[in-house]
Amino acid sequence: MAAYPRTTEATGILGWVDERFPIIQTWKDHMSEYYAPKNFNAWYYFGVLAMLVLVIQIVSGIFLTMHYKPDAELAFASVEYIMRDVPGGWFIRYMHSTGASAFFIVVYFHMFRGIMYGSYKGKRELVWLIGMALYLALMAEAFMGYMLPWGQMSFWGAQVIINLFQTIPVVGDSLSIWIRGDFVISDPTLNRLFAFHVAAVPLILVALVFVHIVALHTVGSNNPDGVEIKALKNEKGIPLDGVPFHPYYTVHDIPAIVVFLMAFFAIIFFAPEMGGYFLEHANFEPANPLKTPEHIAPVWYFTPFYTVLRAVTLSPFMGTLAMFGAIIMLFLLPWLDRNPIKSWRYRNTAHMLNLAIFAAVFMILGYLGVKAVTPEYKELGVRMTEIYFLFFAVILIHSKTNLSRYVIGFIVLAAVVVGIDFWRYNPDDAVSAGQIMWQWIWPIGYLALTLLLPLMMRGCNAEQTVPERVTS
Amino acid sequence: MSNSIRKWIFVLIVPVLVIGILASMGGSAGHGVALQSANVNLDDKPSLQRGAKYYQNYCSGCHSLKFSRFNRVAEDIGISTENNMSEDDVTKLTNELIFIRGEDGKKVKVGSLMKTAYSPKAAAEAFGTSVPDLSLVGRSRGADWIYSYLKGFYLDPSRPVGVNNTVFKDVGMPHVLGNLQGWQTLEHAEEGEHHGAPKLTISKPGKMTGSEYDKLVHDITNFLAYVSEPAQLSRKMYGILTLLFLLVLFGFAYALSKEYWKDIH
Repeated sequence: MAAYPRTTEATGILGWVDERFPIIQTWKDHMSEYYAPKNFNAWYYFGVLAMLVLVIQIVSGIFLTMHYKPDAELAFASVEYIMRDVPGGWFIRYMHSTGASAFFIVVYFHMFRGIMYGSYKGKRELVWLIGMALYLALMAEAFMGYMLPWGQMSFWGAQVIINLFQTIPVVGDSLSIWIRGDFVISDPTLNRLFAFHVAAVPLILVALVFVHIVALHTVGSNNPDGVEIKALKNEKGIPLDGVPFHPYYTVHDIPAIVVFLMAFFAIIFFAPEMGGYFLEHANFEPANPLKTPEHIAPVWYFTPFYTVLRAVTLSPFMGTLAMFGAIIMLFLLPWLDRNPIKSWRYRNTAHMLNLAIFAAVFMILGYLGVKAVTPEYKELGVRMTEIYFLFFAVILIHSKTNLSRYVIGFIVLAAVVVGIDFWRYNPDDAVSAGQIMWQWIWPIGYLALTLLLPLMMRGCNAEQTVPERVTS
Repeated sequence: MSNSIRKWIFVLIVPVLVIGILASMGGSAGHGVALQSANVNLDDKPSLQRGAKYYQNYCSGCHSLKFSRFNRVAEDIGISTENNMSEDDVTKLTNELIFIRGEDGKKVKVGSLMKTAYSPKAAAEAFGTSVPDLSLVGRSRGADWIYSYLKGFYLDPSRPVGVNNTVFKDVGMPHVLGNLQGWQTLEHAEEGEHHGAPKLTISKPGKMTGSEYDKLVHDITNFLAYVSEPAQLSRKMYGILTLLFLLVLFGFAYALSKEYWKDIH
């Protein structure tokens, strides 16, 4: 026995396990002795809510899989079978369909929180990158899941997305046939997307969530002040502004979870279709490859990127690149935003305006994605797409609060916008030309607010000192 | 500027920008005809029962409800022992809903799906298009659409079956309820206030008055709205119970959190 000295003070079953698996140390590292900043605000609930929704989706998904038939002939009917004949089936299905939208609402808040408080800074680049990978996996998961009921929108939405791959030069055709497993979207496509949706992507999601949290707990959580709490510790090595995650944040999260569940179940029981945004009306019609719906709108959480796709009319491939580019830009944030101050609270007002406008632009892009294209909306889509990409340039310029940087930045970026307008302007197309002639105000106004305003009002360029300790 | 003022500005700028920018747009072009409200009321069991009767008599010959079962529909619309009916009455009334026969020539069982005997091939030959299943029309098109559609038939000699429809242009379906409603003709309103809005007038009266026909169409619409999602009958009740439970749970959860955090400043 001497060869195996006891490595734990615990006895009984816990001791038995702890000698074989570091269960006590793991619990301490991630719960009872993981010190989180004590000044988390409501924005910090969305991480735990995202995990909650993931669990809801996995559990409800398992039950749906027991009754769903991944077969082009049977899929639609099997979903209605779940809705009518499976006891409680409608509840499980609404949990899953509402959960998909809830996931994106929660994740968009979670991501914006990270941007506002600079949570990708201070050795947290990997936390951000893993999170972005999670977001990509989530989009893939949602897209594939939306195809499974095999309704009109499932079919035609998949048609739009898979055709994106067809726009790639040279390999596009063979690539899209390889993805579909057929020349058109059909039974093999449905089967493989089902396999990805219920096995492959969920595994990736769960693995990434694990890695996301391990990376976060290695560096430590950021907070609304952007103060590194590990910089100041007491004699025991405990951060002065930290509280143990358990029990403080576990009990703190429960009321927030309950509030979230109230909204979640209110939707499930009172408005499961959410006016056609969570479950689209056209998807209650079985897929019909011979009948194109008059208006194909993706589900709301994809619509900002769909507008970017539609805004770039240079060529279909360029549209696809712009759409994926819009997502790729987010990956680069830790390297674009080089300002040493993390939280917007202590950065200048121009940066605050930049963040607020970005949030508004993202919502407008989303709104436009569900609307039919009119000349006015088309131009607005182009302009909002311009601002979406300009945001990343402006955030790079704002890395230093140097006024000459702002002026040069404004001249260069405004020149790009005007240059694109000159190139797009076609006097023969009076309607589009008319729209170009007034809607230039959005991107130029955006650049003026974020880059020229600090010149005119010096107060808008003033940064504040980050306190040593967290506030409130 | 103090940080709390900056926070409020940040919070307010976002909706102001979204609403302001979208309001500066002229708005999207609306399409389609304005629909009439069907005033669906799923608590009105007699209406659902009449709707089921009309549906089975006038519609089910061609249109299946292939995701619904006879006995479930009967129970949901109030043909149930819970409503002071004897078992025999329930069986008898449920059987009255069944118009189709199985291969053995007998009426199908009460637990069968509400399919139709009309083959898609025969339908395609007769109307040039397949006849849609109507299980989900209440969700894909909506109740107001069904209501307006059933009231929107008008005489149009250029169409193969002699009628057209204001909400479904060039529809292949004949006006099955024409003998009840009478036959309408379409006049386009004069230029001006209701520019181009269709106006329908009865040119040949049917067996029913206008209000009687409206009531019939309302009952059918009500029934189809129910069929599109049977769970509607119970889910709101579960919703209220769930929210009440969560409200109580919130009280305890909030108090627990307060208790733990009272020493953290």
